[in-house]
Amino acid sequence: MTIQGAETPKIHFDHVRTVFELKGEPFVALDDFDLTIGANEFVTVVGPSGCGKSTAMNAAAGLLMPTSGVVHVDGEAVTGPGPERGVIFQQYALFPWLTVRQNIEFGLELQRIRKPERREISDRMIELAGLTGFADALPKNLSGGMKQRCAIARAYAVNPSILLMDEPFGALDALTRVRMQEQLLDTWAQEKRTVMFITHDVDEAVYLANRVIVMAANPGRIHRIIDIDLPYPRTEEVRLSTRFAELRNEVWNSVYHQQSAITKG
Amino acid sequence: MTAGIVATPPPQTRTATIAATRSGPTVSRYSLLGGLSVIVGILIWWALSIINPAGSLPSPWAVLVRFGELLVDGTLLPDLGASLSRVLTGFAIGTGLAVPLGFLMGWYRPVRAVLEPWTQFFRMIPPLAIIPLAIVLMGIGEVPKVFVITLAAFLVSIVATFQGVLNVDRTLINAGRVLGASDLTIFRRIVVPASLPFIMVGMRQGLGASWATLVAAELIAAQAGIGYRMQQAQIYYDLPTIFVGLVSIGVIGLVMDRALLWADKHLTSWQERR
Repeated sequence: MTIQGAETPKIHFDHVRTVFELKGEPFVALDDFDLTIGANEFVTVVGPSGCGKSTAMNAAAGLLMPTSGVVHVDGEAVTGPGPERGVIFQQYALFPWLTVRQNIEFGLELQRIRKPERREISDRMIELAGLTGFADALPKNLSGGMKQRCAIARAYAVNPSILLMDEPFGALDALTRVRMQEQLLDTWAQEKRTVMFITHDVDEAVYLANRVIVMAANPGRIHRIIDIDLPYPRTEEVRLSTRFAELRNEVWNSVYHQQSAITKG
Repeated sequence: MTAGIVATPPPQTRTATIAATRSGPTVSRYSLLGGLSVIVGILIWWALSIINPAGSLPSPWAVLVRFGELLVDGTLLPDLGASLSRVLTGFAIGTGLAVPLGFLMGWYRPVRAVLEPWTQFFRMIPPLAIIPLAIVLMGIGEVPKVFVITLAAFLVSIVATFQGVLNVDRTLINAGRVLGASDLTIFRRIVVPASLPFIMVGMRQGLGASWATLVAAELIAAQAGIGYRMQQAQIYYDLPTIFVGLVSIGVIGLVMDRALLWADKHLTSWQERR
């Protein structure tokens, strides 16, 4: 029902610490971040701004090197980005001068996949993302939801075993957001992948995940880990269930009632 | 073709806003208004030439007649040809050097550190102020004039290009990296297209600056060209010829700018314009 093979760590953050220079002062973005994510697990990360959730994701993506500690993916230390880790950014990050199809085929071209095969994959991705008829449209002609679906399709096209998503639905309206969550779970159910999903929306965090990682700020660190024992597929029924409400309250409390504790302490 | 003296300042005065495009349902109404404005300007000019407070202002008609004369006696076209070939040569060399150097400046911190003080310094010197030096060092042939134009185009374009590279959205570069792009691929397929809008603005400004500089350079030292013709006319107190020169400079500048604007619109049509 849930996590198969959770024993094999897909991603392992091994005491990751990241220090930035901020106005000449050292700023600890992430302190002693230690987390293991199993294969095919869906983990969401929530926390107040400045808690280092994006920093953690960027370390896993290979876009930034930790000051100390190391991230292991499939047992190997991360030294840079890799095709097994697909990344989806909040700001979509589509190449505005390329059409939907060209965006989706970008990663495939870099892997020197031949044109007929590229075409076949992009056709499939366009259909999966519900962008049929928009293959030759430029990003500027797409709505926010369509842009993000295109970005997801672009990440899926290279078939990564890990998806790293940095508040991907943050810029979307509430209704589009719920639809995108459902589609994401649908595709995840069809083709299991390990997902690390950053969000600041508690409902979203609970609805999607096997486990919710609640973070605290200043320094950024893990505050609590809450297992979500709701069954998949997650339907509207699940969203309206009392268990969902309980878990949601639990996550909410640990996200929003932590700051006062810190200022007191 | 007489666009009126109202259309004088060369187009490089337009500021470096990227999304500087006009469009919408009322375009034709506004261009009608623009056309009307030109006609009214010419009528005012005509009225002034009749009242003639200064006692020497030629009428639009007189200028048109002189335009015809200069066209027929074969001075105007060679003059324009000489000026245009200088400006296009200088512009091509200047931007041709500036764009790659601007990319290097934007992409490699050490290159920027080495070149930036020099570009900023020379940018403060109007290219015209270089003319005396250029004449002393290079004589009065084509070389000093093309050199000064090259410099004018170069300085504007290099700054625009390197600003363009600096302004490339980091997320796009990261998106390329996570899809497996090498540095070279990121440069070729992300940095170059993403900075193109800036480069096009730089080229438009560079062309405007080149054109303005050229005419001034010809006023000082030349044996042919539109500036030279105006300088000669000044000696003979030939105001209609001076006006023909002025109007031609304005119109040609405008046409060149429109051509680049058109190219810009087609090359960067993917931009979200407001």
